[in-house]
Amino acid sequence: MKHLYTWSAIVVIALASVVGDVLISHAMKQVGDVGLLRRRAGLWTVVTRVLGNRNFVLGVGAMAVAFFSLLFALSWGDVSLVGPAAASLTFIGNAFAAKIFLHERVDRRRWIAALLVAGGVALLAG
Amino acid sequence: MFASAGDALLSHGMKQTGNISLHHLQSVIFAMANPWVAAGIVLLLAFFAAYTSALSWADLTYVLPATSLGYVVLALVARFALHEQVSPMRWAGIALITGGVGFVAGGPALTEHEPAHAEEHETVSSGAEL
Repeated sequence: MKHLYTWSAIVVIALASVVGDVLISHAMKQVGDVGLLRRRAGLWTVVTRVLGNRNFVLGVGAMAVAFFSLLFALSWGDVSLVGPAAASLTFIGNAFAAKIFLHERVDRRRWIAALLVAGGVALLAG
Repeated sequence: MFASAGDALLSHGMKQTGNISLHHLQSVIFAMANPWVAAGIVLLLAFFAAYTSALSWADLTYVLPATSLGYVVLALVARFALHEQVSPMRWAGIALITGGVGFVAGGPALTEHEPAHAEEHETVSSGAEL
């Protein structure tokens, strides 16, 4: 039963992470390069612009769901299983989501990298 | 680094807190009072600031594999600080992740979507003056 709880939490972590990553990535592209923005308009402008972005706030909400799921999962399973397993699923999900929703050019190099990294974190869980 | 250290601290803290029952969900809030959990949260916030900053100038599919180097560190922390077992299979996983990161690092960081660049050059030059 504890095993089922752990894997359910891992799936929730991965789904919430993908939603959060896509929303936050989209928000940060809307804000623009924060290094340039900070030099041009100051740190306060960067903070208000980031925190005032609706996609960023929604993304942080999704990340909060992932985080609390992580706390539950860590109380049930080893960090060396939960961390890599959730991350592995998140990598694959993010590669698809980035291509579909963010229109990123996920070329062969990036697919191979995503698969290698997902395979690597899956092995870490083994 | 921050993400790995944060995860390790959270793990240590949550093991001290004990199992959380679905019937006592509020205990997850009290778990945050545990100093190890609190320190883990601070480190994860530092990771988040660096991560969002990277996302402002690079693609998600570029940043995410790069941050996965943290899982290599996490495995080392789990082995030497938390005394968990790291099998040959896990060392193979570390090798795959390192290879994957090397792969993506050789390509372009950002998908060019169109305009925006006239403004960027302008800000670069104004930034250089400061």
